[in-house]
Amino acid sequence: MTAPLSQPSATEATSSDALMTVTGLTKHFPVNRGIIFRHRVGLVRSVDDVSFEVPRGETLGIVGESGCGKTTTARMLTRLIEPTAGQILFDGRDITHLRAGQMRPLRREIQMIFQDPYSSLNPRHTVGAIVGAPWRLQKVKTEQGTKKSVQELLELVGLNPEHYNRYPHEFSGGQRQRIGIARTLALRPKLIVADEPVSALDVSIQAQVVNLLDDLQSELGLTYVIIAHDLSVIRHVANRVAVMYLGNLVELASRNDLYERPRHPYTVALLSAVPLPEPTKRGAGGQRERRERVRLVGDVPSPLNPPPACRFHTRCWKAQEVCRTEPPPLVELAPAHHVACHFPENTTPAA
Amino acid sequence: MADRTGRAKDARAAAPTVTDTTAPATSSMLDVRDLRIHFPTDDGLVKAVDGVSFTLDRGKTLGIVGESGSGKSVTSLGIMGLHHGTRADIGGKIWLDGEELVAASPTRVRELRGSKMAMIFQDPLSSLHPYYTVGSQISEAYLIHNKVSKKAAKDHAVEMLNRVGIPNPQTRVDDYPHQFSGGMRQRAMIAMALSCNPELLIADEPTTALDVTVQAQIIDLMADLQQEFGSAVIIITHDLGVVAELADDILVMYAGRMAEYGTSEDVFDRPAHPYAWGLLGSMPRLDQARIERLIPIPGTPPSLINVPSGCPFHPRCAYAAQTNGRSVNEIPQLRAVAPGHEVACHLSTDEQRRIWGEQAARMQLSPPARHFHEEDA
Repeated sequence: MTAPLSQPSATEATSSDALMTVTGLTKHFPVNRGIIFRHRVGLVRSVDDVSFEVPRGETLGIVGESGCGKTTTARMLTRLIEPTAGQILFDGRDITHLRAGQMRPLRREIQMIFQDPYSSLNPRHTVGAIVGAPWRLQKVKTEQGTKKSVQELLELVGLNPEHYNRYPHEFSGGQRQRIGIARTLALRPKLIVADEPVSALDVSIQAQVVNLLDDLQSELGLTYVIIAHDLSVIRHVANRVAVMYLGNLVELASRNDLYERPRHPYTVALLSAVPLPEPTKRGAGGQRERRERVRLVGDVPSPLNPPPACRFHTRCWKAQEVCRTEPPPLVELAPAHHVACHFPENTTPAA
Repeated sequence: MADRTGRAKDARAAAPTVTDTTAPATSSMLDVRDLRIHFPTDDGLVKAVDGVSFTLDRGKTLGIVGESGSGKSVTSLGIMGLHHGTRADIGGKIWLDGEELVAASPTRVRELRGSKMAMIFQDPLSSLHPYYTVGSQISEAYLIHNKVSKKAAKDHAVEMLNRVGIPNPQTRVDDYPHQFSGGMRQRAMIAMALSCNPELLIADEPTTALDVTVQAQIIDLMADLQQEFGSAVIIITHDLGVVAELADDILVMYAGRMAEYGTSEDVFDRPAHPYAWGLLGSMPRLDQARIERLIPIPGTPPSLINVPSGCPFHPRCAYAAQTNGRSVNEIPQLRAVAPGHEVACHLSTDEQRRIWGEQAARMQLSPPARHFHEEDA
C-alpha cells in the first residue's frame, strides 16, 4: 500500500532530499468503559497508514475537514503523542519511539506553531520569558545574552523589541501569533510543524502572517509542515499538498497538479465547495446562476466506525461495489502525484 | 424584481447619508437610517456602530463584511432589538416594513422578533439549549406567535426539519442537540429561524463553524429557502467568498462606520475604498495560480474607544498621505462614485480608479475585474 512512497520518484530525488519521511503512520485511540473493570469498547481510527515525505526547504500542506486526523498527524510528527504504528524518520534518524529524554535534544530541530494564539501563550509570563523559554529549557547559552537575542527574534517577526516586558494580553491576535512564531524560531529549528497557524486571525492579519512565514522560510531555509482546513491558504503556502479524509491519505501531489488536476473525487468535491470571491453571475430576471459544483451529501462518518474499504464510498458519487470491498492503494498515477482511488478523475493526459 | 432594485438604488443615491427622521423613503422591507449604537463603559464611550444606513428589499440579500470588532454583529443585534436591557445607547431609525423599531416598545419588538424577523446565530452548539429536544426548541417560537396546539406545533417542527433537509425528521425531532452533527445543528437553527416564516432573516456568520463541504450545503440551502420564502436576508460574515456567493448588495464596515456600500459586483469588481482593496489583496485565491506575495493591510484594527481622528482607516491606509491631511482631520462622508455605489473616502474617484487598476494588475485578476465603472465614466 505504501510501496510507491518508500522510494521517491526520480524527479523528486534530484530536486531535494527528504528531511522527514513518514511511513505507515497510524494512531488509534482506544475507547474504554468501566471504572473497576476497564475494557475496550471501541477504537477511534484517527490516522491510518499515512505515508509521505517532507523535502528539505519545502512546505508540505495537509488539508482535510475536521476529524480527518490532520492535527493528530501533526502531533505525531512532533512526537507530542506516541504513534500506534509506523515509522517517522527525521534527518535519516528513526524518531518513532524515542523516549522523552532522548527526544529532548531533537526538540531543537522540530518545533510547532499552535492554532490558537490566545491559549498557547502563558498569560502570566512576559513576552521575554515566553520567547526565551526554549533557551532556558534546552540550557543553551546565547551569544549576547537572552534579552538581546529575544529582542532580535522579536524584530525578525516584525514586533517592537521594546515590548520585551509586556504580557500576552497587551497584544492583538496577529501579534500573539508572531510571538508564538518567535518562540518556535528561538532554537533555529530545521522543521516547523504549524497547526492551523492563521485560522484564528482576521483576513488582513492572516495575510501578514502568511507573508511572514514565507519570508522566514527563504531567509532561514526552514522546512514547514502546515496543517490547515483553508484550501486557499494551502494553495498559497505549500509546495506539496496532502489531502486527508477520515484518517487516510487520499491524494498527495504538487500544488499545481493538485489544484489544477485533482484526481481523487474527494479533492474535486473539496475544491469545488470553496466559495469564490467573485459575485455569482446573474442571469436574466435576477436569478442566480449556480456555479458548476460537485455536491457532497451528508457529513463525515465517525472515525469510531469508519466505512470499510474506501472510507469515502458513502459520500462518493462514483462509488462501485469494489469501493465497498477493497481499499484502494495509494498509487502514483502521474509523476509525483499519488492517489488512493479505484476510479480517479482527470485521468486523460493533459493536452 | 429588476424594477424594485432600480427604485431602491435611486432612493439610496438621492439621499444616502442625510438623517431623514420623518418617514421611510422607500417601500423596502428594511430601511436603516443613520443607526448609532454606543456603549458607555468605564474606559470611555465605545462607538460600536456609528452612522450606518442601508435599505433591503424582499427577496434580496445584503452582505455585511468587516473584521472582528467592526460592528457587524452589533448592527444585527440592534435591528433585532436585542440590546434592550444593556447599557447600549441607540440612535437613528430602523423601519421594518414601515414600522419604526428604535422607538418602539420592547413588547412590540418582542412580538415581531421570531415572527416577522428572525436570526441565525454563529455557533449552533452554544445557541441550542442542551436540555431540550431540537423539536421543542423549533416549535417554541411557533407556539408563542400562533394559537396552535402542541401537537400541531410539533408537526410543524417535523415539517421544518424536513424542509431544511434533515433525514428521518419524525424521529430526529425528539433528538437532543448533542445527537446532531455540526451541519445538522446549523440546519436545525435555520429551521428554528424560519419556523414562523419571517420576512427578515439575519444570519450572523452562519457557516463559520462548519467544514467547507458542509458550508457549501448550507449556502445552497439558504439560497433555496430564500427563493421559496421570499424573505429579505442579511448575512454577516468575514468570508468574502460566502458573501460573493449569496449577497446582492454588500456593506463593508470598518471601526463601526460604513466604508463602502454597493452591489456585490461594485464591491468585488470595482472596489473604491482602500480597506476593500486591502481585504481583497489579503486573500489567497483558490481559483488563480499563486501570486508571489499577498498584499496585506499593515497594522491592526483600532480600539473602538480611541477611534483614530478623521478617517478611522487612515493609520493603516497607504494612500492617506495623498489627501492633503484630510484623511487625518476630516471624517469622510459617504458619497456616490456611481449610482448605488457609495464610498467614504477622501481620494478622488479618478485616483481610486487608477490605484485599484494597479492593484488588480498586481493581483493578476482577470480583465473584467479591472473595469472601474468604465460604463459610467
